[in-house]
Amino acid sequence: MELHHGKHHQTYITNLNAALKTQAEAVHTSDITTQVSLQAAIKFNAGGHINHSLFWQNLAPASSAEAKGSAAPQLVKQIKETWGDEEKFREAFKAALLGIQGSGWGWLVKVEIGNEQRLSIVTTKDQDPVVGKGEVPIFGVDMWEHAYYLQYLNGKAAYVENIWNVINWKTAEERFVGTRADAFKILKASI
Amino acid sequence: MNSTLLRTTAVRSALRAAAPSASKRAGLAGTTFVRGKATLPDLPYDYGALEPAISGKIMELHHKNHHNTYVTSYNNFITQLEEAQASSSIEAIQKQIALKPLINFHGGGHINHSLFWENLAPTSQGGGEPPTGKLASVINESYGSLDAFKEKFNTALAGIQGSGWAWLVQDVQTGAVGIRTYANQDPVVGQFRPILGIDAWEHAYYLQYQNRKAEYFKAIWDVVNWKTAEQRLK
Repeated sequence: MELHHGKHHQTYITNLNAALKTQAEAVHTSDITTQVSLQAAIKFNAGGHINHSLFWQNLAPASSAEAKGSAAPQLVKQIKETWGDEEKFREAFKAALLGIQGSGWGWLVKVEIGNEQRLSIVTTKDQDPVVGKGEVPIFGVDMWEHAYYLQYLNGKAAYVENIWNVINWKTAEERFVGTRADAFKILKASI
Repeated sequence: MNSTLLRTTAVRSALRAAAPSASKRAGLAGTTFVRGKATLPDLPYDYGALEPAISGKIMELHHKNHHNTYVTSYNNFITQLEEAQASSSIEAIQKQIALKPLINFHGGGHINHSLFWENLAPTSQGGGEPPTGKLASVINESYGSLDAFKEKFNTALAGIQGSGWAWLVQDVQTGAVGIRTYANQDPVVGQFRPILGIDAWEHAYYLQYQNRKAEYFKAIWDVVNWKTAEQRLK
């Protein structure tokens, strides 16, 4: 956790700020070529910042009340309606996480279609963030090797199994009942 | 153990589960009734032989666990593909197509690591000794010097977003060499021929270097086997 937060997350922020600074200069000088060439670096580093910021918030110590499913009554109700029961949802989420080829993330996402709200499991590669129209990230699990390698080595199935003990269901519930802007509030506060 | 037994899935699974059974399976693969199974190759040096550039612990996990998983998964999906190819129904074709990304990933992982082990060597066996002959000439012509080439290569490695590899490749049509990066386990096939590859997955360095991957990229040149690279160049 210390390396992940103090080094990896910090590097995304440092590189994002550098890319945004260069971009501001390129905008000022109407240098469109440079602006376009910066987009991949901005997406990657901004994605890394967004993903990790959401991730820390959707984890909680295993002994806390937040780590219990009972902290998310409305979300758990919809999970049961969508997947049948919590166990089937966990199995589906685990399969999605273990199916990622290379670095990436798995997310439980709320998708707003008209007046309807549906839950969905999505995986994203590298640091691609969940920022699509009408998508609200509920909770995410980091499947980069740096997230588990020092403890689990190549045993990523055990990491995926144990992460359930530290999911912050209170945060998940807040994101589920809230809006997209609410979920990303942490970013505004930290910039 | 007879041929009838080996055909059963249960025995195949048991063989796969019994890692590291490279030598045992290599022996079995030599007989006629186990058709074309990929096997985990032995390393041409000890796990600890690349220290201090790469720790013995990393090499052991990387070879015995990571590479072996690619081998067993590749064999598993190829078996499924063979079964799916027995029919040309819509469902069978769907299954065949669905298996392609898995074969690319695990087959690629097997190929990449097999090439990687061979293009490394302990310093006592020539690791780090600069290239000679035609390879030395093309690197100098294309990059100015070996040091300038390494710098470009390390920049390419550092620029990989996520898991992947950087390769010195040769264009099979023009013969020109170049540096290319590949995502995840995408193998160097088609227009390009792999000459020298460096693994930029976090599992390749994390236990020793953690987030300081630039140090790993710098150190690995001490154990690059340029002789192998020379043999791959045409």
